[in-house]
Amino acid sequence: MFPEILSPAIVDLLIEATRQTLYMVAISGLVGTLIGLPLGVFLATSRSGELFAAPWLNHTLGLVVNAARSTPFIILVVAIIPFTRLIAGTSIGTNAAIVPLTVAAAPFIARLIEAAIREVDQGLVEAARAMGASPLQIVRKVLLPEALPSITLALTLAVVSLLGYSAMVGAVGGGGLGDLGIRFGYQRFMPEVMAAVVIVLIVLVQGVQSVGDLLARRLDKRNRG
Amino acid sequence: MNAPLSILPPPPASAGAAGAIHPVTDTAAVIRFEGVEKTFPARSGSGAVSALTDVNLAVPEGAIVGVIGRSGAGKSTLIRLVNGLERPTAGRIVVDGTDITALSERGLRQARRSIGMIFQHFNLLARRTAFENVALPLEIAGIPAREIKSRVEPLLDLVGLADKRDRYPAELSGGQKQRVGIARALATRPRVLLSDEATSALDPETTNQILALLRKVNAELKLTVLLITHEMAVIKAVADRVAVLDGGRIVEDGSTFDIFARPQHPTTRSFLSALTGSTLPPHLADRLKPAHTPGAEAVVRIVFTGTHATDPVLSRVSRLLSIDINIIQAQVDDIAGQPFGVIVVSLPGDAATVAGVTNAIARLGLASEVIGYVS
Repeated sequence: MFPEILSPAIVDLLIEATRQTLYMVAISGLVGTLIGLPLGVFLATSRSGELFAAPWLNHTLGLVVNAARSTPFIILVVAIIPFTRLIAGTSIGTNAAIVPLTVAAAPFIARLIEAAIREVDQGLVEAARAMGASPLQIVRKVLLPEALPSITLALTLAVVSLLGYSAMVGAVGGGGLGDLGIRFGYQRFMPEVMAAVVIVLIVLVQGVQSVGDLLARRLDKRNRG
Repeated sequence: MNAPLSILPPPPASAGAAGAIHPVTDTAAVIRFEGVEKTFPARSGSGAVSALTDVNLAVPEGAIVGVIGRSGAGKSTLIRLVNGLERPTAGRIVVDGTDITALSERGLRQARRSIGMIFQHFNLLARRTAFENVALPLEIAGIPAREIKSRVEPLLDLVGLADKRDRYPAELSGGQKQRVGIARALATRPRVLLSDEATSALDPETTNQILALLRKVNAELKLTVLLITHEMAVIKAVADRVAVLDGGRIVEDGSTFDIFARPQHPTTRSFLSALTGSTLPPHLADRLKPAHTPGAEAVVRIVFTGTHATDPVLSRVSRLLSIDINIIQAQVDDIAGQPFGVIVVSLPGDAATVAGVTNAIARLGLASEVIGYVS
């Protein structure tokens, strides 16, 4: 289908851009989850009277998360260039783009995980405490497993959002589908490239969402029988 | 309730006052509350809340003790103090010889493994099967997988759910969920079982099955059970002893039979009224007057207990005093294995006849009470 409308060179570019987008989203999603998951669990369990009660730290981290989340992504990308250089060794290219993507994803994921954990019935926490479970055991054996369907949906949402964010990292030479769309589709007046980019993105988002939904349904044992 | 003109025997000296308890011999008590107070600190918008005041209670080994109270009476707080889910503001709670109030968090976690607990809403993990739910406390205690299997299966047998082993809670009925809850509470082989309104979310028939199961584990496993409820029917069905909680104080406590036969406190009477026929039919209750008027009939409640429960008391009194006695309401029941009956009668209301009847009944060893007059 594509070869008839798009030249082989453009198709190659499209494939390369898709590969870059997937690479950026995968790494930033993974690292963002590694940071966001524990952060989210902590945010959900550290208000006063909760398992890891540390109201001050909870409040402070909450402020930091809010600050990160309220910064428009394109500004975040530029604002943290020194940090990006420190981590990635460069401020330009796909690897460099992963840094701001991760910085944006981690607090977003943390808030989603927090919401998912807070959904777990407090009665289960009480039951686990009554069994003699430690706070860490309650997180491992009760909160995370019970929240898993919600967490799956949360991470699906995060990945879809990252696909959107990744379109903006062209600003720092990150490449990817969004960058291709802007440079060829918009700046070179090639609407067929723009259309192809949008179609690929739609297919990716649909695919991610379907897989996420399916997984969450499989994991959810609440609506049986 | 209509003001009870009590002619029941007066309560023992000083009883009726706060914490008037006759503790069972201390050495036999598996759970003991000693002068327990619990006050919840003030929050924005509301002042400090006193949940429990001067609570003294002894739960004898192997007994089923019920604490009954309305919502807000402090019974949830009371049961949570036993396994340290709540800490008292003052006083001590001793469980199986260990002062729970003196334990660190770590010590408390260890102690909780010998105190099982079941809940009104079961609190089962939705993503674990029946088997896996029962296994949870054992996993938490660090018991190896093979041993877990050998301990969980007999428990599922005990509660009659061997065939539901691999079902998720959403696939089980309320009664089955509570059976899983009971099996889970028993997994660590506790000496004490706490039941927090365990049958309040169940229909009457299922409630009876669950209560029968509680009695079974109490007998077979020599388990001491402390349960809280707002239903006298639950107390009647399983409890050996009962404590009545009102406004954070234990206002009455004793053997279930004694409390049923000779309730002292208005709260107790009100709980019992629904059960033992001390509520009069509305057409009568509306016409009930506290004082005698000429021509009025006296309405008398007679409580039949123990050995006299089956005596033909009414016909004897009727013959003795040559009066007609009209039965308004009667109920014979079985409480803690003893026959127990309540009969409400009407008879000529003049002072001499009433005195004659109550004296005659007292001589026959029964308690009676004039609850009012109707004309």
